[in-house]
Amino acid sequence: MASAAVPIVALNDVVKSYRRGDQIVPVLEEITLDIAAGEFLALMGPSGSGKSTLLNLIAGIDRVDAGSIRVGGIEITTLSETELAAWRAVNVGFIFQFYNLIPVLTAFENVELPLLLTGLSRRERREHVATVLSLVGLSDRMDHYPSQLSGGQQQRVAVARAMVSDPTILVADEPTGDLDRVSAGEILSLMDRLVKEFGKTIIMVTHDPRAAEKARIVRHLEKGILTDEHETSISPVPGP
Amino acid sequence: MFYFKLILRNAFRHKLRATLTVVGVAIAILAFGLLKTLVGLWYLGVETSSATRLVTRNSISLVFSLPIAYQDRIRQVPGVTGVGIMNWFGGVYVSEKNFFPNFAVEPKSFLELYPEFVLSDGAKREFIVDRQGAVAGRKLAEKYGWKVGDRIVLKGTIFPGQWDLVLRGIYRGARKSTDETQFFFHWDYLNESLRRTMTRRADQAGIYVVSVARPDQAAEVALAIDATFRNSLAETLTETERAFQLSFVSMTEAIMVAIQIVSYVVIVIIMVVAANTMAMTARERLAEYATMKALGFRGIHIAATVFGESLFVAVAGGLLGIVLTFPAASWIEATLSQFFPVFNVAPATIALQFGAALLVGVVAGIFPAWRGATIRIAEGLRRIG
Repeated sequence: MASAAVPIVALNDVVKSYRRGDQIVPVLEEITLDIAAGEFLALMGPSGSGKSTLLNLIAGIDRVDAGSIRVGGIEITTLSETELAAWRAVNVGFIFQFYNLIPVLTAFENVELPLLLTGLSRRERREHVATVLSLVGLSDRMDHYPSQLSGGQQQRVAVARAMVSDPTILVADEPTGDLDRVSAGEILSLMDRLVKEFGKTIIMVTHDPRAAEKARIVRHLEKGILTDEHETSISPVPGP
Repeated sequence: MFYFKLILRNAFRHKLRATLTVVGVAIAILAFGLLKTLVGLWYLGVETSSATRLVTRNSISLVFSLPIAYQDRIRQVPGVTGVGIMNWFGGVYVSEKNFFPNFAVEPKSFLELYPEFVLSDGAKREFIVDRQGAVAGRKLAEKYGWKVGDRIVLKGTIFPGQWDLVLRGIYRGARKSTDETQFFFHWDYLNESLRRTMTRRADQAGIYVVSVARPDQAAEVALAIDATFRNSLAETLTETERAFQLSFVSMTEAIMVAIQIVSYVVIVIIMVVAANTMAMTARERLAEYATMKALGFRGIHIAATVFGESLFVAVAGGLLGIVLTFPAASWIEATLSQFFPVFNVAPATIALQFGAALLVGVVAGIFPAWRGATIRIAEGLRRIG
């Protein structure tokens, strides 16, 4: 079950349920999962299986009912909201299905957003942003607003935003769900590059088997329970 | 700087909505300012009344006059430095619609008692020596195109007949708040005519205007004057000019209270409209707030941007409303001078307008800011797409 390398994410007996009216709907049941540093893990499963909930818990944007989650050695379930916000700013990079860029900010300003919470100077922020925009191939689009970019370009801005603060983990919720096949391929290649070249740890929720193939490990969720684990044909990634 | 940039861009994200909200706030603040000015002006006579002037009238009612013989007796009361006669004439110029305040006065004492009506020495002399002479306020003269030397005929409503007068001077107010729409002519001219045509109404003064050396003497002198005429056929009631003016204003107190209420209702309405707009705006951006929170921004950051946007829109509207108040007030003063001889917007009114705009911004921003700050990230993220 556990990866051979030292886990950077460790979930132990995580339970989560939602209240719907008078009913309590169980979503995750005693999930135990270790993810090694530098891993590219895909979470698959049917709608309502709890994969996005699991991703939200790992990213610290939702709370467990029971169990523990350690990320980079920090038990995040005991952090207050303020502590959790500060923790996310440093440790988590988000890639969403619908990009979630701020429409009134340019590509550059969107990528700069997470850095505003750091103590970096304006010049340092500019350098960081320029670097990651270059990495995703959008140096020439930095002054464009999201509405002036294609879906694939917007998602690449979102990847740059997720990368810019050099977080411990990257979480991606259906990152190719709103993209055409070509753009989806580009994004997946980019994510693959982040793992292989930069040693990033990526946890990705997806419905798309083609996207899952890019991950090194695929885990399935069925009705809130992790079922099996299998490695894809992708060769193991080097350590960070 | 970033937050200011975000606030500014968010505020104008929907240009039509932002413009309509700003214009709505501007109109409300303009209306609020004009109504507050109107209420303030209603009390202007009270506020600008002299502390060293008293008014002596018949104790039964202002409708009843006082014998002319009282003038000398009032003058002898210790503390009195001057006494003038004043009769409300109530005449109209050409037709009923041309109404303005006009009084029959004793010119010499009138000019001494009312230093706020500024006339040249020459005009004063001309007015005093000409039995049919009259003086008019600057705005009144401008309205009817009168020049010094013009013949003006007033049609009497209380004192029937045509009253031929010659304009001998045009006064200016010593202060901005001085009424420049009044008209004064000789009481002697009126009285002489009454002696011929209505003997019973002759040798009567509507009121006596009494001056004292110091404001602290006013109460004592007023009591002394009234004591002088106690148990006479025409007992007097002497009060300060302020109290006299207040007695007129109090008759319309209910109207003023209603106008005050309307002015606040206007603000409450725009507050609700602005709050609805901001709530709608915040609801549309919940996914963005959730995204920012996911990236590590705290609730306070989100609240600051929402609140800042609300304040920005309200203050922009408020400033526009304040700027528009001045031309609107000038237009009212020019168009409705017979009702509002002075329509100056007081600095306190401007401060109130600005305060009201701030209040609109604060109240409109509270709920959306709270909603944005407390949105659960997972819930907010589901609202996209």
